[in-house]
Amino acid sequence: VKTLAPVDVAIVGGGWTGLTMAKELATRTSLKILVLERGGPHKTRDYLDNMDELDYAVRLRTMQPIRDETVTLRHTLRDRALPIRQYGSFLPGTGVGGSGEHWSGISYRYYPHDFRRLSHIVEKYGRARLPEDCAVRDWPVTYDDLEPDYERAERLMGISGKAGNLRGKAIEGGNIFEGPRQSDYPTPPMKMPYLAALFRDASRSLGYHPFPLPAATTSVPYTNPDGVSRGGCSYCGYCERFGCMIGAKAQPSNTLMPVLARRNNFEMRTGAWVRRLVAEGSRVRGVRYNDANGDEVFQPADLVFLASWTLNNTRLLLLSKIGEPYDSETGRGLVGSHLTHQVTVPAATLFFETPLNAFMGAGSAGIAIGDFDALDHRDLDFVSGGALYTVCYGTRPIANFGVVPPSVKARWGAEWKKAALHNYDRTGLVRFYGEHLSYRGNYMDLDPVYKDRFGDPLLRLTLDWRDTERNLVRFVTSRAVKVAQAMGATETLPFQGLQRYQATRYQGTHLQGGTIIGANETRSVVNMYLQHWLAPNLFVLGASAFPQNPSSNPTLTAVALTYRAADAVIQRYLKHPGALA
Amino acid sequence: MSRPRRHFLKLSATTLGGLLIYTLDRKPTRIQAQTGSIKVPLRFFTEDEALTIAAAAARIFPADESSPGANEAGVVIYIDRQLASAYGRDHYRYTQPPFAPGVPELGYQGKDTPREIYRAGLKLLGAFRLLPPADQDARLKQIENTVFFSLLRTHTIEGMFSDPMHGGNAGMIGWQMIGFPGPRMSYFDDVDRHYGTAFRQKPASLAQLLGRPVTPGEDTET
Repeated sequence: VKTLAPVDVAIVGGGWTGLTMAKELATRTSLKILVLERGGPHKTRDYLDNMDELDYAVRLRTMQPIRDETVTLRHTLRDRALPIRQYGSFLPGTGVGGSGEHWSGISYRYYPHDFRRLSHIVEKYGRARLPEDCAVRDWPVTYDDLEPDYERAERLMGISGKAGNLRGKAIEGGNIFEGPRQSDYPTPPMKMPYLAALFRDASRSLGYHPFPLPAATTSVPYTNPDGVSRGGCSYCGYCERFGCMIGAKAQPSNTLMPVLARRNNFEMRTGAWVRRLVAEGSRVRGVRYNDANGDEVFQPADLVFLASWTLNNTRLLLLSKIGEPYDSETGRGLVGSHLTHQVTVPAATLFFETPLNAFMGAGSAGIAIGDFDALDHRDLDFVSGGALYTVCYGTRPIANFGVVPPSVKARWGAEWKKAALHNYDRTGLVRFYGEHLSYRGNYMDLDPVYKDRFGDPLLRLTLDWRDTERNLVRFVTSRAVKVAQAMGATETLPFQGLQRYQATRYQGTHLQGGTIIGANETRSVVNMYLQHWLAPNLFVLGASAFPQNPSSNPTLTAVALTYRAADAVIQRYLKHPGALA
Repeated sequence: MSRPRRHFLKLSATTLGGLLIYTLDRKPTRIQAQTGSIKVPLRFFTEDEALTIAAAAARIFPADESSPGANEAGVVIYIDRQLASAYGRDHYRYTQPPFAPGVPELGYQGKDTPREIYRAGLKLLGAFRLLPPADQDARLKQIENTVFFSLLRTHTIEGMFSDPMHGGNAGMIGWQMIGFPGPRMSYFDDVDRHYGTAFRQKPASLAQLLGRPVTPGEDTET
């Protein structure tokens, strides 16, 4: 093992959270900062050549190579975990920018009640309404604490949207259920493709409150507070699974790297596969990684940020034996607990008489209704929520060809071909994303059998839905069918219902938990500044801190929490290194 | 481990009907009765195997009176190139043992690579291409639930609708059938117009969009 010269700060992972922290530290301090990224560099101009559905959306050439590392999955403790051998339910990206390069860019704030979820349910309905095995928590930060950081994150990315609650005043056309905002979105809402316009008008006619999706696919040219300028979205339809070829979608490579590349105190080291954090007592001394040539390297650092996405944050703490692994049978230990995904379903598939021109769009061009995030659950068989929405991300043929109305039974041959051709551009989805509560039985640990390319144990997920999620989906599916009828669909295919967790159906790269945030060191892995309770010079960034999934997408909140952590590090930790809480 | 590349797919209008197909230099060639035959070099299949797979793909996505099918788009050329590439030997899958059967929610857990699945599938198909169409359909119906059939159906759709640089979608006939224009730089002026009416443009490939060739993934051994 070769030992390198020490750096002040080592950041593991070059995605949204790692590079946001790097930007704050590099521009506000003179510390020497090193980012270790497993994949390669990404540049906007390279994404032109990636506008190929087969290589990038089917073969998934910008994702982490699954042949090198995957996770294993089982539904319950009693099942045998097997590796997820090909990507399905989530798609972790690799290279500078991580999954922030190929994301859709839908960028919500969480609701005020999401931050006090346990108290909120108990106050409204009583403790008896908590599902069996439920592990839902309050966060140690409130919406009001985080509001200024949400604003910073929105301005960083130039999020497009329309406020629904400006300093307590409800604004029609925005999400009237959202928490109070001090300012409107930095850029106006995106243009609305046809299907989204149909959904907006139909849902409004039914008494719901449609609003434009908050979008990191910025609607107009925008210059952020760091002086980084990006053009407006062109609605080419190559967002999710692709990097943006004109740099309109906010990505770490086009939003954070332009600032960092100018700093002399910053280094991006690609091809560095971090395998261990090296701890001694209550101090992390640095990280051990294999470089691009496969050689083992030890990089000493005074301050370490783990920012390698939910699954790898958890896995690296487990592999490095920092903190006690969670044991779901005894309830002891913390690392790996509170694993959640997101309840993401195509609630209704709609067939129309008229063509939709659905090849035009953007990853976050669409409309949502927040009404089901504000349900009264007294007479319902679940306590969670979510949003119906339509996003026109630009349908591409391989992924979307072959869908036929329920009246056609064939799946190949002349009859199927005829129906599939006719319906190809006449098919649309009303989608749903919903809350995934945390449960004591859903967690992560190290797999006893399967290994990665270096021989390190894979992460094992024990994960399944409960009746709360199944009942939520049943409820919203019935509502989605009514919206579909109001949209003028001639035939509608309702979602068949959630059964067991499927590793094969894409459900969003939104996994949470494993290193949860909390006010109490005996019940959480990191404090409210994302600082590890057991090692004050280690911070763990990202959605691994979330104690449950609060229905909408996590990136904006992960970046807002990173800003908050950066302030605490710069204003307090650097002056007096030690525990911040 | 691949076989020596000495096999060619000989195609003539009389064997397969009027055929639009890409050759190695990616120039589409339409075969007419007077063209005689053309030879497309094969990378993975033998000629006999290629004709069998072509016949099966043509039953999954058949030509009819209103539009062409898998043969006309060159789907078998697409499949041949994919199987010959790193994908064919499972480059995009975690393949460490032990292999064990699992519930369907965990996805394909088999040991066989796409190449091996096709070799086994070809055995299942046997003398498929010599059967009359109705018997071919009956044969496919029997194997409908196999991993091979599912992969062949997926590859047929991929070969119909992927960028022509991958060997299928010859002349972009797949894209024309569904009104997909290929990759474009901007729909800024159109995305919120044309509500309820078809907005159709002449398709262009990625190479045409960029004005230069693009190397398809199957040609880069990574």
